[in-house]
Amino acid sequence: MGWITTTWHRLGSPRWFYGMMAPWQTGFGIAALVLLAVGSVWGLVWAPADYQQGDSFRIIYIHVPTVIVAQSAYMTLGAAGLVLLVWRMKMADVAMVAIVPFGMAMTALGLFTGAVWGRPTWGTWWEWTDARLVSTLILLFLYFGLHALRQAIPAAESAARACAVLAIAGLVNIPIIKYSVEWWTTLHQGSTFSMRRINMPAVMYLPLLVNVIGMYCLFGYVMIARMRTEILRRERDTSWVVELVRRPDVR
Amino acid sequence: MSGALGGQIRRELLLLARSRTDVLNPLVFLFLTVLLFALALDGRPENLRAHAAGVLWALVLLTNMLALDGMFRRDYDDGSLEQMFLITQSPVAPVLGKLLVQWLATGALITLCSPLLGLALNLPAKVLPMLFLAFLAGSPAVSFIGAIGASVTVGIRRSGAILGLLVLPMLIPVLIFGVSVVNRALDGDPPGPAIYWLAALSVASIMAAPFAVSAGLKVSLEQ
Repeated sequence: MGWITTTWHRLGSPRWFYGMMAPWQTGFGIAALVLLAVGSVWGLVWAPADYQQGDSFRIIYIHVPTVIVAQSAYMTLGAAGLVLLVWRMKMADVAMVAIVPFGMAMTALGLFTGAVWGRPTWGTWWEWTDARLVSTLILLFLYFGLHALRQAIPAAESAARACAVLAIAGLVNIPIIKYSVEWWTTLHQGSTFSMRRINMPAVMYLPLLVNVIGMYCLFGYVMIARMRTEILRRERDTSWVVELVRRPDVR
Repeated sequence: MSGALGGQIRRELLLLARSRTDVLNPLVFLFLTVLLFALALDGRPENLRAHAAGVLWALVLLTNMLALDGMFRRDYDDGSLEQMFLITQSPVAPVLGKLLVQWLATGALITLCSPLLGLALNLPAKVLPMLFLAFLAGSPAVSFIGAIGASVTVGIRRSGAILGLLVLPMLIPVLIFGVSVVNRALDGDPPGPAIYWLAALSVASIMAAPFAVSAGLKVSLEQ
């Protein structure tokens, strides 16, 4: 158990994190590149076309991974917020700063690819009576709120903890929002376009799995890269950063 | 702790009694926006009736944003918020008192006026009791969840737009269930689980929000 507490305490040190995470960043980066390349080419070129949707279903290989990661990013955000408030660990805030733009971009991309997919299959870009569309849109607004709050509070430490309070409140609320929107759509009217339950054969399913894992690796890469950059920005006046800039070959 | 709660409630009520226009302004705003909608929807009775529930709930949420924006501002400016934190590190009881009075001044008042607002939008009389009940069950959640947003933005100048951006997504369940209760009553159906959901959201937020709000206020005071 000793090493857990040691690692936990070390995680609080920006300098340790910066050095320690360099190989992880490279690893995640390469893994993301390889997996996303393999999964995308496999899914977009080699996988057989859907018997009903034709080639248009192929956007699933981009759409589903982005949306899954967008939701996971918010969960991570809430967890980081909790760590920040409970243990006052500065690195948790660095993580939050790193995640918000990525999560926002993934949510927006998920909505966009969903709309592009919806046009040929459902015949519409947007459908208010579909619960998943609406709750993803709400997720985007939750990200916007966090971003706006961070921009609005000049003092960095207060901004961090205000965002943490909000991220946790959002995390508690997400299941309620999701449930209420689902309930609303079933009550409102029978969903005009419900997504077909796709019982996928392995040749179609495996590339999706590869891309989902690849997208998580991309998440890891972006998060670590942004965290390390943020660390350098925050610690720019410390001697180790000055030393690092002067002699980048010596870590 | 009950002393802190009671004392805070007394203080807030006294302040409320001395600044009656602050209480009435949001309410006047609400009536005004209902007027705008009645005009915008051509004033046709069947048109108004069909949209009344949605319009009313959306406007009530927006009105609450106006009222919430200022709820901690004065105490923040004159330092009494800081005094609250000098008494205890986590002033949950006085915060609860503050939130309860905030609800009295907005949610409860709006609930009392809701039958009138419903009549203005041409809702039939048989729906009005359910409209009243829906606002009674749902409005505490609006005030209490909204206060979380107000507590983290109190230090920001011109926080109005940000407050809405933070809080409105979290109030979507209240809107959905609230509108559903009224629309079902309009169709002659019993309200179903929606009314219980509204009440459950309110109870849960009354329990959780004082903790979140005092954490948020603490953050705002330290900047």
